[in-house]
Parts: sequence; C-alpha cells; structure tokens
Amino acid sequence: MISLWGDMNRRGQVVVALALLLLLVAPLGATRYVLSVLTLILYFVYVGQAWNLMMGYAGQLSLGHALYVGLGGYVSAALWVHFGIGPWLGVFPAVAVAAAFGAAIGWLGFRFGIEGVYFALLTIAFAEFTRIGFDHIGFVGGAGGLFIPYEEQRLGQWWNLRGSQLFFYYLAFALAAAAVLLTALLARSRLGYQWIAIREDETAARALGIDVFRAKLKAVLISSSMTAIGGVFYAFYYNSLFPAQLFDMGRSIELILGPIVGGTGTVFGPVVGAFILTPLGEILISVTEHLGINAPGAKAVFFGLTLMTIIYLVPTGVWPWLSRKLGLARRRP
Amino acid sequence: MSPLLAVADVGKRFRGLVAVDRVSFTVEAGDIFAVIGPNGAGKTTLFNMIAGVLAPNDGTITFRGERIEGRTPDAVCRLGVARTFQIVRPFPGLTVEDNVVIGALLHRTDMAVARRYARDILATLDLFEKRDFRASALTLPDRKRLELARALATDPKLLLLDEVMAGLRPTETDRMVDILRGVNRDMGVTILLIEHVMRAVMALAGHMLVLHHGAPIAQGRPEEVVRDAKVITSYLGAEATF
Ligand SMILES: Nc1ncnc2c1ncn2[C@@H]1O[C@H](COP(=O)(O)OP(=O)(O)O)[C@@H](O)[C@H]1O
Ligand SMILES: [Mg+2]
Repeated sequence: MISLWGDMNRRGQVVVALALLLLLVAPLGATRYVLSVLTLILYFVYVGQAWNLMMGYAGQLSLGHALYVGLGGYVSAALWVHFGIGPWLGVFPAVAVAAAFGAAIGWLGFRFGIEGVYFALLTIAFAEFTRIGFDHIGFVGGAGGLFIPYEEQRLGQWWNLRGSQLFFYYLAFALAAAAVLLTALLARSRLGYQWIAIREDETAARALGIDVFRAKLKAVLISSSMTAIGGVFYAFYYNSLFPAQLFDMGRSIELILGPIVGGTGTVFGPVVGAFILTPLGEILISVTEHLGINAPGAKAVFFGLTLMTIIYLVPTGVWPWLSRKLGLARRRP
Repeated sequence: MSPLLAVADVGKRFRGLVAVDRVSFTVEAGDIFAVIGPNGAGKTTLFNMIAGVLAPNDGTITFRGERIEGRTPDAVCRLGVARTFQIVRPFPGLTVEDNVVIGALLHRTDMAVARRYARDILATLDLFEKRDFRASALTLPDRKRLELARALATDPKLLLLDEVMAGLRPTETDRMVDILRGVNRDMGVTILLIEHVMRAVMALAGHMLVLHHGAPIAQGRPEEVVRDAKVITSYLGAEATF
C-alpha cells in the first residue's frame, strides 16, 4: 500500500488526499438532499468499480451486473425479514449466492468459448431469467416486492444497517474507498497483469503460460461478490425490492455508464464517471421540472445527448484526459 | 541421454488436406534446430502442435520425458516451451516493459523481481531505452525482438521461433543472429526455429529438417542437407534467400 502511494506523483497525492478529506467532512456542510446524492454517487463508484475489474481489466463484457445487485439485496433482505439474521451476517450468504451465479455464467461462457457480445448476451439472459424467476417466488414477495419494515425500536441499530442518512453516507464512502484501493492493488498484482494480458490478446496470453479460464473465472467471482455487497447496501438503504426494478437491464446499463464515461481499465475512471453522471442526472431532473417539460423521456434524451458529447470528445474516458491535463499521469513517450 | 524434444510420426490433417505428414525428429538440449521448407509446407502447423495450439491426429510429442501432445498452450508453456508468432502479437496497449513483465510473472510472484528480470532481458535485446514506449508504437524489427523478449521472460528450456528474421534488413538479421546465439549459449536455451533466411540458418543451426508438402524430405547437419539434391530442387533452387 505504501508503494501504491509512492507511485503517484506529488500532485496526484495532493489531489487524492484533498478529495478524501472533502468527502470526509462533506456532511458538515451538506443538506440532507446533497448528502443523499453523494451517497448515490459513492454507491455507483463502488458497483462501477466492481464491473470495471471484469470489463476494464479482464476484458469480459457483462451487461447483466444488476443480477448480482439483486441477488445480494434479496438474499440479505429475506434473511433479515424472515429469520432476523442481520446484514453483517447475511452478507456472506448473499455474496455466496451471487458468486455461484457468477461462477455458472463464467463456467458456461469461458468453457465453451462464448466470447465478446455473445458472452454479454449470456449475462443479460441470466439477469432476465432471474428477474422472471423472482416474480414468482412468493417467499420474497414475488412481483409485489419485498419490504424491510420500518421498526421504531431498531432505529439507530447501525450494526443492522438501520442507521441514518449520515450513517449510509459514511458506509458508502467506506465501500467506495475500499473498492478503489482493491482495484489499485489488483491492477498492479500478478492476477491484474494476467487480466490485462487476456484483455489485450487472449492467444498471446495463453502462449505465455496464463491459464485464461482460471483468470477469467477469478474476475467474475471477484466482480460478482463485490457487486453483491453493493446489493446488500441497496436493500437496506432503500428498504424495498422489486424484481422488475432490481434485475432490469436498465439497472445493468446504469451501473456501467460511470466507468465507461470515466474510463474503463483505470483506477479512477469509475470514480470520475460517477461524479459526473449522477449529479448530471439530478440536475436534468430539476431542470426539466423547472421548465415544465413533462414529456416522458425528456430527461433520458438530454442524458443521452450529454453522454454522446462526452464520449465523442474523450473516447477513452474523462479520467485519462483529465489526469493528463492536470499533470497527474506518469510520463510516457 | 534422452533428447529435450522428441517428435515421433506426427501428422495433422485439415479436412482433406494433409498439412503435416508423419514427421519425426529429435532436438538435443543445447542445440539450435532449424525447420525450413516452402510456404505451405506445414512448418507453422508443426509448431502449433508442439506449442499445444493444435492437437495432432497421429503421433507423439515428448518434452523432457513427458508426453505433451494435445495439452493446452498455457500448460505447455509452463513446462518450459515458449514461442513467438509468425505474425507478431505483442500486447499493443501496454508498454514494452509491461509486455515482458507479463512473461516474467509466469514463474515469479513478486512484482519487483519480475520487473527487474524484465529489464535485464530488455537490456540484452537492445530494447531497454524503449521500455516505456507503447508496444503499438514500435517498428517491426523492435516488435520482433519484443516478442522474443516476452517469450524469454518465461524462462523456457525450449524456444520456438516462427520466422523471426522475416522482414528484417540484413544488418538487423545479423544482429538477431548474434542475439539468438547469445540466448542459446549464455542463457542455455535450446532453440527450434522456422526460417526462410538461409544465411541465418547456416550461421545458427546445428541441425535442420526440410519439410515439403508436410513431409520430411531431408534431415541432418546444415552443410549435408544443402547438398541434398531433393532439397535443392524442391526448395533451395527456387525460393531460398542466401
Ligand atoms: N487452421 C487451418 N485450417 C485449415 N488449413 C490450414 C490451417 N492452418 C494451416 N492450414 C493449411 O496447412 C498447410 C500448411 O500451412 P502452414 O503450416 O501454415 O505452412 P508454413 O508455415 O510452412 O508456410 C497450408 O496448406 C495451409 O493452408
Ligand atoms: Mg508459417
């Protein structure tokens, strides 16, 4: 970790330290609304980073990551609602279930050479099937949804994730920071280099002795496990789960936009992406409301146009460009 | 002493086409062994079978006493067989150094150790100054040397080189010959190479094999093989570049 820090140039260290400090003290000056937006941003940093490990580093396109959010959320919420098992314990089975699904997808895809867009289709198919399945599982409320009840006596039981907005903010902050750190460590590890080799050229990676199947499977396992923890957060933050919402493909897309805009395969891309897109979404909501535009999809159109502009201007993501502009990148001829 | 590599009666068919037809040869540890033959003779196919990319239809391949035919490329590499590709394929988005680090990480878990080793290899292959370049920014001769560096970083016992001289100018060829000699002598790596540039073959090879339409037509020491009438008519007369 020390070498991680030492690898950044002076300016990079200053910027990271300042950003951390700002986020730590943000609740002092932020309204409840701003704090909720910041919480959402940090949540997207976290799940975006999980997806980034798989796509940005290992080069495996998943368009079904909502599956892992949903599974993590449902498993932990059901354990709590039906058996009173708290999320700190419930997170383990939640991760195990999501990882099992990830393993199944990975095994199918990587064993039978389903690659690129076909692999992406497989991930969508799993998410969709699971959504339909959950619509019919009465134990978790089916299509009608699963709710974590509001209980007066449990308020403030932060160890059961029954905390205040402030508590969830700091939890999201810790998750996001941990995800960034984990990515930075993995990116410079042996496994990270194997992933990058596979992403760049699978045949050449194999010729250098890399067990491609194993390395890819590890990527899916790590990514799905991480995402499931995000699902646990989601469940206890929002307290209501609907299959049509959680497993929806739109959810999977929403989760990957941050890393794409920020820059896949970089440590800070998903961070920058989330800090651009989530506030942008909020601004568009209030602007369209102010202008009295009630046309359905107006927000989506503006959002889409903005995305297109960003991707047109900086095709490899905002972060690589920004870090060059700010002189944060290491020099490279 | 058993040979480092023994190829016995190996054959490969693609649908009707016989690409490699019952080829047998052995490579002793420490040797430089050349495979020559006109385009389409089956040389790359033969390499792909040794490297685990293709499984042979017939025959056996034995490396250090272990049967390796039909194993996967990564398993074969981990046993100590590294290869370069006829059409080079470095990792384009990575730096020259990181390309080699990935090879060095095969038998090294410590990143700093792997990086140091990668730099040593880059220095021997005249690529140290370009270590921070992106691989995609290199010229063809540099890319060929990068492929060689990356393969060497996996600590192979046997190195398979598929036309590493192709596309090089004579001075660059001479430099490559020097490098390969050094790799063979100083690093103790046995080399099996496919080559069209006869000048390089004659300078390097201890033994050679000539393939024609997938079948072996001559085998032995280079100076004996080039005198062989069949070789001269089928190959050397027409296409060889001295
Ligand atoms: N994957 C393949 N499928 C079908 N035919 C192939 C394949 N690879 C090579 N061949 C054929 O096998 C023959 C030998 O090819 P190759 O081994 O590449 O020759 P060389 O390397 O000696 O030029 C050629 O006729 C080639 O077209
Ligand atoms: Mg060839």
